[in-house]
Amino acid sequence: METTFPTRMGDGALVEMTRTELRRELEDGSARAAKVAKVEPLSEVELDHLEEIFASRARFTGVDIGDEVVLTYDGTGMLPAAKIDGLVQYEQSLAADSCELFHPDYCFNAVRKVQATEAQLMHEAQNRLTIPIHYGAQADLGRYSAPDGPMPNWSELLPEGRIDEARAAQEAAAVLAANDMRQVAEALWEAGADGIDFDTSAAAGDAEFFAVLETIRGLRRDYPTMSIEVGMASEFVLGMHGQIEFDGVRLAGLWPREQMRLAAQAGATIFGPAVNVNTTRSVAWNTARAIAILKPCLQEASIPVHVNVGMGVGGVPMHVCPPIDAVSRVSRALVDLLHVDGL
Amino acid sequence: MNGLRAAGDLVARLQMTRGMRLPEAKRLVADRLGVSVRDLSDNVVMQEVRAELGLGRVLDSEAPYPEQPTAMEAKMNIAELLDLPLNCVQKFRERSTVVERRSAGRAT
Repeated sequence: METTFPTRMGDGALVEMTRTELRRELEDGSARAAKVAKVEPLSEVELDHLEEIFASRARFTGVDIGDEVVLTYDGTGMLPAAKIDGLVQYEQSLAADSCELFHPDYCFNAVRKVQATEAQLMHEAQNRLTIPIHYGAQADLGRYSAPDGPMPNWSELLPEGRIDEARAAQEAAAVLAANDMRQVAEALWEAGADGIDFDTSAAAGDAEFFAVLETIRGLRRDYPTMSIEVGMASEFVLGMHGQIEFDGVRLAGLWPREQMRLAAQAGATIFGPAVNVNTTRSVAWNTARAIAILKPCLQEASIPVHVNVGMGVGGVPMHVCPPIDAVSRVSRALVDLLHVDGL
Repeated sequence: MNGLRAAGDLVARLQMTRGMRLPEAKRLVADRLGVSVRDLSDNVVMQEVRAELGLGRVLDSEAPYPEQPTAMEAKMNIAELLDLPLNCVQKFRERSTVVERRSAGRAT
């Protein structure tokens, strides 16, 4: 009887699989990526390496000494009453390469109302920490639609066939979002931030991605040394608008390579692609799929690529406490096969 | 890359500010520190190097470093070593001289 190895499903559940089953998962994940994203499937050598990583009973795995990569974050320091102390813990206790100050609402729209106090925190944090400090939030275009915001709700207009009105609402919301992002970025930069992380970008689709790219272009023009990281919300830009373009490129339907090109063109210094996780498939399947989708992006990257490996993206299980056996296998696989610049 | 225990923050700064890919950023930091690329993630080597150059270190209650630079002082050294215009250092310099404040017309 073939030996089994403990591994995980995309929802984090611990299961046992044989080497043969793991290989089948890896091959199927790669084939699935090739079909949906129109990319090359992984080679036999790459699949062999992934099989070695996953066919192991080890609690933890890691890259070779010397192959370590830089870590950036979407929010660090989870102590609401002592935010700066939380950042210090990441620096001093967790040996983080960088950290990120954030507001619990994690939305530029919400931060705009409290940007003075957030900027004051950044100012004080810069006096206590040596590692670089980003300020992070997300564009979250939905905040600008009814009932929360001033614009008509395009998710209600679209099912009614009111396409032009839905597009106009998104375009107007993008202007408001870009204004909020710009104001917050300026305030945090003046307080001493090392840069801004536009996280979970394009969560509301192509109009949101447009707002982020336009904001970045303006910031890069006016602040040449600002660190600008773009973290994506998912592997594929949803076409909620469908026609909106940046530099003549239609944003709807873009995959990580094309997303990276536009982020770099706009002026970002770090790009963070996100690949969705299928919770009903294994971590091996999801990892092979993620690597195949991301490979063209890494091959062409002109700026550092920090792949999102949080809860439910990049191959990491969708769970609030992702198990370290899965996180370490995914992280090692991404570094070994894609030579990512960071995570 | 082990952050402040090694050289992770220094490599991160080159990626963040210059948009450098990882191999290029590691090479530049290693050259400026006078160590090998492999040393950059070795906290045994880097603890000594960071102390010597005043780049900030992880604090330990059993081994305090009161004579070592504070965070801002360490970042001044990092900016000089890597030839990087660190925003917080520039702001600190601007705000800690009366002459600069007068010329900038800062009233608050």
